[in-house]
Amino acid sequence: MLDFFFEGFIENINLQDSSNWAKDFFQNVVMPRLPEAVAGHLPVEVGTILVMLVCAGIFVAVVPLLPLVLVLAERKVAARFQNRTGPMRVGPWGTLQTLADGVKLIFKEDYIPPQGDKILFMLAPYVIFACSFAVFAAIPFGQDILVSEFNIGIFYIMAISSVIVMGVIMAGWSSNSKWSLLGSLRSAAQIVSYEIPLGLSILTIVMLVGSLSMKEIVASQDGGIFTWLIFRSPFTFIAFFIFFISAIAEVNRTPFDLPEAESEIVAGFHTEYSGMRFALFFIAEYANMFAVSAIGVTLFLGGYEGILPGYDFLGGLPGFIIKSLGLVFIMMWLRWTLPRLRVDQLMNLCWKYFIPISFFNIFGTGIWGLIFDTDDVWSIGISCVIIYVGLISAYAVAGRNLARKPEPQPSSA
Amino acid sequence: MESTQQTESRIIELKPFTDEMIVNMGPQHPSTHGVLRLELRLDGEIVREAIPHIGYLHRCFEKHSENLSYPQIIPFTDRMDYVAAMNQNWGFCLAVEKLLEADETKDFEVPERAEYLRVLICELNRIASHLLSFGTYGMDIGAFTPFLYAFRDRERLLLLFEKVCGARLTYNYIRIGGVSEIIPLEPGSVAEQNYLDEIEEFLDYFEPKIDEYNDLLTSNSIFSERTMGVAVMPAEMAISYGATGPNLRGSGVDWDLRRDEPYSIYDRFEFDVPVAKDIPELGAVVGDCWSRYKVRMDEMKESVKIVRQILAEGLPDGPVMADLKAVRPPQGEIYFRSEAPRGELGFYIVSDGTPKPVRVKGRSPCFSALSALQELSRGLMVADIIAIIGSIDIVMGEVDR
Repeated sequence: MLDFFFEGFIENINLQDSSNWAKDFFQNVVMPRLPEAVAGHLPVEVGTILVMLVCAGIFVAVVPLLPLVLVLAERKVAARFQNRTGPMRVGPWGTLQTLADGVKLIFKEDYIPPQGDKILFMLAPYVIFACSFAVFAAIPFGQDILVSEFNIGIFYIMAISSVIVMGVIMAGWSSNSKWSLLGSLRSAAQIVSYEIPLGLSILTIVMLVGSLSMKEIVASQDGGIFTWLIFRSPFTFIAFFIFFISAIAEVNRTPFDLPEAESEIVAGFHTEYSGMRFALFFIAEYANMFAVSAIGVTLFLGGYEGILPGYDFLGGLPGFIIKSLGLVFIMMWLRWTLPRLRVDQLMNLCWKYFIPISFFNIFGTGIWGLIFDTDDVWSIGISCVIIYVGLISAYAVAGRNLARKPEPQPSSA
Repeated sequence: MESTQQTESRIIELKPFTDEMIVNMGPQHPSTHGVLRLELRLDGEIVREAIPHIGYLHRCFEKHSENLSYPQIIPFTDRMDYVAAMNQNWGFCLAVEKLLEADETKDFEVPERAEYLRVLICELNRIASHLLSFGTYGMDIGAFTPFLYAFRDRERLLLLFEKVCGARLTYNYIRIGGVSEIIPLEPGSVAEQNYLDEIEEFLDYFEPKIDEYNDLLTSNSIFSERTMGVAVMPAEMAISYGATGPNLRGSGVDWDLRRDEPYSIYDRFEFDVPVAKDIPELGAVVGDCWSRYKVRMDEMKESVKIVRQILAEGLPDGPVMADLKAVRPPQGEIYFRSEAPRGELGFYIVSDGTPKPVRVKGRSPCFSALSALQELSRGLMVADIIAIIGSIDIVMGEVDR
């Protein structure tokens, strides 16, 4: 039975094209360095799997560090916004604060509500945690820094990230708390709704590039900043903003943080969680935040490609990380500035504005693709001019409206 | 027969019945401003009924007062509205002083300097109270940052209070017949000048900040979406529930005791009374959450105006305490009301001529405003309940006493 599985697996690997990096790596780098006795008897397929496992191990070890950094960053950013210093005690400049918090959470009591559904309660954090980390498998961090190259990368990401809502509902239901239930149902409604504009704006990209593979999407943006897909057509420009706002809603952050609205429903779906299980939710939230930013960068902002064609300036892994962290920073900025929407307003925004605009985008992208050869200089030029004119006129209209807006002051009698 | 059954089933389909969920909001809840318990009957997110249950912070203020001498009651008033304790002290002292004035055998008058100090401190206290209200309201709606901005500024005010009475929250500063002399503020001394300079410095810093807060929160479009047109309390309803202060003025009733029934020396100062009005361009309706909130924001500016006038005049010379051997009001009863930050604060005192009152009753503005919650919240959403509680600005210490 095991043999059968193993053979099938090896066959599958063989079926992939010869440009499998793990295989290349094993054959060209590892094989010559191995002792003769081992190298002769080690099949290439097993070696390839070993290389993949080692890489996966590194990935699993490194990616959870991201939330550690992001939590500290969030606290420091929030502190700056609020005239505070943030954590300063643990480690130099408070750098070890998150670690200390993690240690504290590990030692806390793992409380399970006796009236709740124990199995679901214990399972829920892992579902969310696993899903939000599985997303990273398809994100290309750099030319060769990619856990798995699918030809349906973005589709896989959409599929996996929508499983998160299952975990949220499980957590809310199994807690046997009314606040948790309210929070989880809010979350379910919100995530399911916002997945539609999110998917539709990704579709515009897929239409332009003609591929679902993350690597190919990035490869089509290798000609510097103006070949980034956000500037390719006016419709992708709009799509980027819809994508980003929907992504904020997907990861439940202010102004869309209704599922965990502290002032309304205490802590939402994770009200009853404590200790390490709570920490898993927390880590997953920040991992998610980075993941959606990274997806946004990959799809719209050139991925690991640099700003200038042919140069590596702001390219590669550092460039990718910088761009993603930029988007993460905008999310933090919004969180510490804006109040929260109400449930009906949230749904209005999604169903009455974002989805129709997204459909218009898809329609427009189709027509754009009919008229222009999309990576042609002319089409990019025309697109940039349209975006520029649109932005200027939007600014002018907004400015006039703001100027006309009366000073909101009840007059004194 | 068959056709009727079909119609019936159609009717049932069109009106699906869902169970109502009863949820307890509070007494331990992040945004019930203390220990208010709300019994919510929810249909999904929609609130069918919100029944407030109070009494979790009841400390028998009125009964305690019957066993204490008049000056000993003042610290208890501190614990009523602990956000605006100066105004509570003052409200009680005003009532007792009114009772003392009825005694014709003694010539009793609060010194001029004490009156100025009282107005100065109480208007600053009003700013502190409204700042807290502004900050927590932002937090209720979901914006965290205004809360810390408000506390940053309130901190400076608390330091100013600390310099004059040694306490930050429960002051016991305003006494019957004047103000406390624990930390002496000699007329014309360097200490007095420094103190007034410090207040001026604060006002210069704070006045532009109000506009900044208006930019940050008041005119934020999400904030106005959440508060404008929500929970409209018309003028008749506000009056019939006995809502006072910013809640009443937020409903468009032009009524402020400081101007309409001037007590102390309020008739010497010029200030406007902010009253809400419809702003159709923005969507604000008189009596909605936004109007109540905005009245508070504008009142801070008016308080700044009053304090500036005092600073321009300077404090008059003289004692800060009336020549009062013992507080022993004549037989009689009194009801006196003053304008605290949250509305009309009234004290009803019955005296039998002994140093202890027979009966003390506090009329709490928050209690009256809170009673309107049940009617205001019907048919709104859970998030709106939070918006209402924040906008009527309750302090549970005063509701329960």
